[in-house]
Amino acid sequence: MASDTTAAAGGTSPGNGRPDPSARTALRRRRARGIAGTALSLALTLLGLLLVTFIIGRVMPIDPVLKVVGDRATQAQYDAAYQAMGLDKPLAIQFLNYIGDVVTGDFGRSISTGQLVWDDIRRVFPATFELATLGTLIGVLAGVPLGVIAAARRGGIVDQVARVVALVGYSMPIFWLGLMGLLIFYGILGWVGGPGRQGIIYDGMVPSVTGMILVDSALARDWAAFRDAFSHIILPASLLGYYSLAYISRMTRSFMLEQLSAEYVTTARVKGLSERAVIWGHAFRNISIPLVTVIALSFGSLLEGSVLTEIIFSWPGLGQYITRSLLSGDMNAVLGGTVVVGVCFVVLNLFSDILYRVLDPRAK
Amino acid sequence: MTNTMTRREWLLSDAPQTRRQARLGAFYQGWLTFRANKLAMLGLIILILLLGMAAFAPLLAPKSPFAQDLASRLQPPSAEHWLGTDALGRDILSRLIHGSRITLFIVGTVALIAPVIGLFIGTVAGFAGGWVDQVLMRITDIFLAFPKLILALAFVAALGPSIGNAVLALALTAWPPYARLARAETLTIRNADFIAAARLQGAGRARLLFRHIWPLCVSSLIVRVALDMAGIILSAAGLGFLGLGAQPPMPEWGAMISDGRTYILDFWWVAAMPGLAIFTVSMAFNLLGDGLRDVLDPKGGAK
Repeated sequence: MASDTTAAAGGTSPGNGRPDPSARTALRRRRARGIAGTALSLALTLLGLLLVTFIIGRVMPIDPVLKVVGDRATQAQYDAAYQAMGLDKPLAIQFLNYIGDVVTGDFGRSISTGQLVWDDIRRVFPATFELATLGTLIGVLAGVPLGVIAAARRGGIVDQVARVVALVGYSMPIFWLGLMGLLIFYGILGWVGGPGRQGIIYDGMVPSVTGMILVDSALARDWAAFRDAFSHIILPASLLGYYSLAYISRMTRSFMLEQLSAEYVTTARVKGLSERAVIWGHAFRNISIPLVTVIALSFGSLLEGSVLTEIIFSWPGLGQYITRSLLSGDMNAVLGGTVVVGVCFVVLNLFSDILYRVLDPRAK
Repeated sequence: MTNTMTRREWLLSDAPQTRRQARLGAFYQGWLTFRANKLAMLGLIILILLLGMAAFAPLLAPKSPFAQDLASRLQPPSAEHWLGTDALGRDILSRLIHGSRITLFIVGTVALIAPVIGLFIGTVAGFAGGWVDQVLMRITDIFLAFPKLILALAFVAALGPSIGNAVLALALTAWPPYARLARAETLTIRNADFIAAARLQGAGRARLLFRHIWPLCVSSLIVRVALDMAGIILSAAGLGFLGLGAQPPMPEWGAMISDGRTYILDFWWVAAMPGLAIFTVSMAFNLLGDGLRDVLDPKGGAK
């Protein structure tokens, strides 16, 4: 995705001296077309996303009308509800109605909570966002240095350790690791808070501003609540961080190896630069752009990976919301949650693509 | 082949006499490379043991996986129950041994279905080009845009929880990367001379696609499948853990962890043992996949 943008833009860069105006307008036109193309493909992807959830909603064996009117309704009541829900219209019209509803944020009402699905999602999303953000932060802070050092001393001890860490990360079921973490750090050692976001005594004590308890308690300068929330979030966030570390460190290592075998690195070494300056000042600066893409992708996968983690830690986030609704046959909530996560994914991809174009001087 | 030649010399011969000899020789050389990779061999051995375990499960398991014995529930590992018992007094070791069949069934089926869908869509898109390519790749992108596990969850929710539906959901979410890969391979070979030659000989599109393009896409797909196996196992276990895969009393490993979740603080072995089994198997697949990549796809080996 990223490489073809650089290739396309590379051909238009003016050779030397002052860029002549016609080339510049051509360049501008091409970039505008690129943005229009991106917007179009984004719209198509989102449309497809809705089509898939619409189809899933159609093929399910659960009768949505029965869910609303109950199984004791008369045939007349059933038919009335059937028409009110628009189910008598052709599928294409139903799909258009569905798009209209989703665009205006109307995912219907959740059967299990009785609330609008959109309000439910707005309530649970900050918890997932907080968890995934902290997880990514841990993954980046530990994974990037690990990958760089592993590449710099290829075959050394750090490289071996990084390899084992990544292998275990790719092979371990996250929900099992979460259970074992709870057993060891909560059950046996008592170092961290148990499941949930807060201890009972702090529940509802901090005014909700952002919905992220760490941020809210810091804003309220309630440091006891902050410490409590931190002791609850640190274990699940570290677990998610470990998964993102496994991925980020592998990618960092392979990006770095590619750079370190380039000729400019040899030149820098011949010039007499210290190894540190070569690695961090030259090679690392060149991988920082693709690394941003990797980090954005890993953030997206943590939003997803949090489904199982949230179950284990009774974390009241989007993942737990989707799964609970699923087990109680609450399709409005499941599909609403699925659309939101899908949109987050698409937006993150777009975001990393744009960031790539902005940061990479060759793409300008 | 002369009688003085050993089998090894025959296999490694520079001047193979027949097509079969050349093919076997290439295979043997791949095997030699693979064998030199100790970790990959370890993975292979674990998987062979797993296959054996699944094949002879009724003979190997000391107890029935379903026999409840409420008098000896939640027993710690002991001489009688090597890995302890669960909340219904069932022998965990026996359940693990029988559960290997379910795991292999899920992984095997998904690994058969998903690459074939991907191969078909990818090669058709790459070979046909034009609007067919545009439409197929747009569909692929849409499926890639969904987070896999959530999409699988939504599918299972719609179809109803069962092993068959879990397999279907996993396969439906796993094919897009294969389609991308197969399309890329097809694009590099579709203008090759041998394709043009085959076309001049009168080969139809279907023949070109299935007899000339598919075989060349297979080796890179195999590597990718081997590397994805671990991910499939973890996703399948995740679905089982959520109660969306195999239904009780089936001894599915993910569901067994879910059973043990309630007792984690006091009776840790109930959840710990099946997790170790999942970990061992998915690590074995990862090691095997790395080894296969070195053999079949030397380009990607630098990673």
